[in-house]
Formats: sequence, structure tokens, C-alpha cells
Amino acid sequence: MSRIDFNRLRFVVVDDNAHMRRIVRTLLHGFGSREVIEAEDGASGLEAFIGHVPDIVITDWAMPIFDGIELTQMIRQPGNSANPFVPIIMLTGHSEKRRVVAARDAGVTEFLVKPLSARSLYERIVNVVVNPRPFVRTKTYFGPDRRRSLNPNYSGPERRRGGIADFIAQQAIFAPAKAD
Amino acid sequence: MAEANSNRLMIRIFGDHEVITPVNKLDKYVVKFVAPGDDPLTRAEAALAALSSEFSDWMTAECDRLDSARDAVKQHGFNERTFDELFHSAHDIKGDAATFGFPLAAAAAESLCRVLEHSPDTNRVPLELIDQHVDAVRAIVRETARPDIAEIATALTSKLRQVSDDFLIHENRHRPDYLEGLMAPPLVPGQ
Repeated sequence: MSRIDFNRLRFVVVDDNAHMRRIVRTLLHGFGSREVIEAEDGASGLEAFIGHVPDIVITDWAMPIFDGIELTQMIRQPGNSANPFVPIIMLTGHSEKRRVVAARDAGVTEFLVKPLSARSLYERIVNVVVNPRPFVRTKTYFGPDRRRSLNPNYSGPERRRGGIADFIAQQAIFAPAKAD
Repeated sequence: MAEANSNRLMIRIFGDHEVITPVNKLDKYVVKFVAPGDDPLTRAEAALAALSSEFSDWMTAECDRLDSARDAVKQHGFNERTFDELFHSAHDIKGDAATFGFPLAAAAAESLCRVLEHSPDTNRVPLELIDQHVDAVRAIVRETARPDIAEIATALTSKLRQVSDDFLIHENRHRPDYLEGLMAPPLVPGQ
């Protein structure tokens, strides 16, 4: 498994359950992280995201005020977010297929079903750092590429249309993005 | 075709979508050389083990919260606030019980979550069924040291799940598509 320098990564952890926040913080500190900012609901999570511009967001699903899905949708606002590309790891007790699909369609990067273990969290974090996915923007979606693999023979209704029209390096359509 | 450069945001425009390769700000955190004996996973597991002495009290607090939520439903009936608190407290136990060292309590909490989430009219959920779930969670946690707790908890939660499924099948009998999704196996193995 690849290794990453946790010491320099900044996390925002959003969960309304104080016990679970403490467990996640303990694990992140154990991995070597020093900057772990906690928030207890979606609203304060968004505030923490805006104020601290974390490298990675870890969020619960079910929370007061607005939930982890709504938080994700607010973060994935190109042109209106501090970092719409930030990796978002959803840590939740929901395991049903429709939940996983809903999280994916909101723009969640990784889905981690409780119970939480040090290894499962570690692997998700390493994956978003070492294997970042490109983003896709359509009329109805902005988020990480939902295709985990390419199937050139797929001909179903969800096949993307159109050959490549242009290839550009720019930041015009994402005003706040800084190509440093 | 030009290759994406990690220092510049790259956009490929297709007929109905754009593929964007963001500036990779995290690749600088990938470690090339690892000091011998340095294992962050082992460190984190040790830190979690050190914290585990508090888990029993945490689990008791979660059970107390579930009790209070049940009492609120009995006192005020189901409304948005009482429903949310009962569902969230059961949902937290479902997700956290195994991490806290009480994996057998998770199944009973999950069964209660299913009843609440998938009942078209929560006012039709029998209070007795809620009581049975809440009391089962409490009993499994309280009796966790019993040598036969796994056998007892499995039998108890299997029965709860069966009764709950019978109730949900009846309540959703007019929604066959919904029912099919409800009874589909979860994506996560072993759940």
C-alpha cells in the first residue's frame, strides 16, 4: 500500500455524534494528522469547510440542519465553493444500494460503511490522495467520475455521448479555481 | 492529444459532458521513502485501543438516548422531532455498536431503523414493536459478558427482523416496486 504524509493533511470531520467524532479524530491523529477540525452538523461543517479549506472532508450522512448529502452538494458548486474538487469521504451506517447511489450522485468521492476500522479509514484516505479521479460535469452532475472502469462495449442508456470536441487548459468556467 | 498536466486544470469537452482533471494538490503528500518501523496504521490502532476503555460508557449513553427517544414517542406520538430522534439514535447504534465493542447490538438497532424508515405511516407502527427493539438493544448490551450472548442475541434479533419484515411487507403491500427494493440484499457483504 502507498504511504502518505498525514502530518501535512488538513481534515474537516462532520458528524453529529460526539463519540464518533472522537474516534475519527483519534484515528487521524494516530495516522499522524495534526489538523483535524470538527463540526457537529451540516451547517457548521460547511462553515468549517469555507473557513479552513481542508484537504479532505469526512462526513456523516444523517445530521441535523442539513445532512451529509446536502453538504456535499453545497461543496460541489464550481464557481461558488472554496474547493469544489475536495475529496469527500462519507462515513455512514447506511449500506443500502439506493443510499450508495444517492451519495455517488451527490458527488461523494468515497463511501465508507460503519462499523469503522482504522484500516478501512486509512485505505480510503490513501486512495483519494494517491488515486485522484477526474471530475465530470454534465447538465445534472458535477463530481468525481462515477465510472470506476471503462467499458468500450457498453451501449446502454447512460452511455456518454459525443466525441471529444476540444482539450483545453483553462480556468474560465471555474472562476475561483487556481491553477498553481 | 496533449496530456494532462498535474499543475494545470485540464478540461476535455465532449458532446454532452466535460471531463475535468483538477490541479492535483495532494500528490505532494505521497511519501516516497518510509522510515523503518514507522507504521501509521499500527499507531492508529493502538490509539483506538487506548480509547476503548471509554466505549462501554459510550454505549450505555447511546442506549439511554434510545430509551429517551422511545419515551418521547410514547408521550407525544410521532412527529418530526420524535421520529428524527428515535431514528437517529437507533441509526447511531447500528453504525457505532461494533466499533464500541458491542457488534451484536447493531442488528436489533438496524431492524428498528428499517421499521421506521420504510413504514408508509409511522403512526401505524405498533409501540410494542418499538419497545421490543429498544429493550433488545439494551439487553444485549447489558448481558454482553454472558458466554452465550451471541446465541441469544442472534435468536432475538432474527425474530425481531422476521416480525418487522412481516409488518413492512403488509404495510407496503400496495407498493410492490418499493417492497422489492426493500427486500433486496444490501451491497455490503455480511449486512
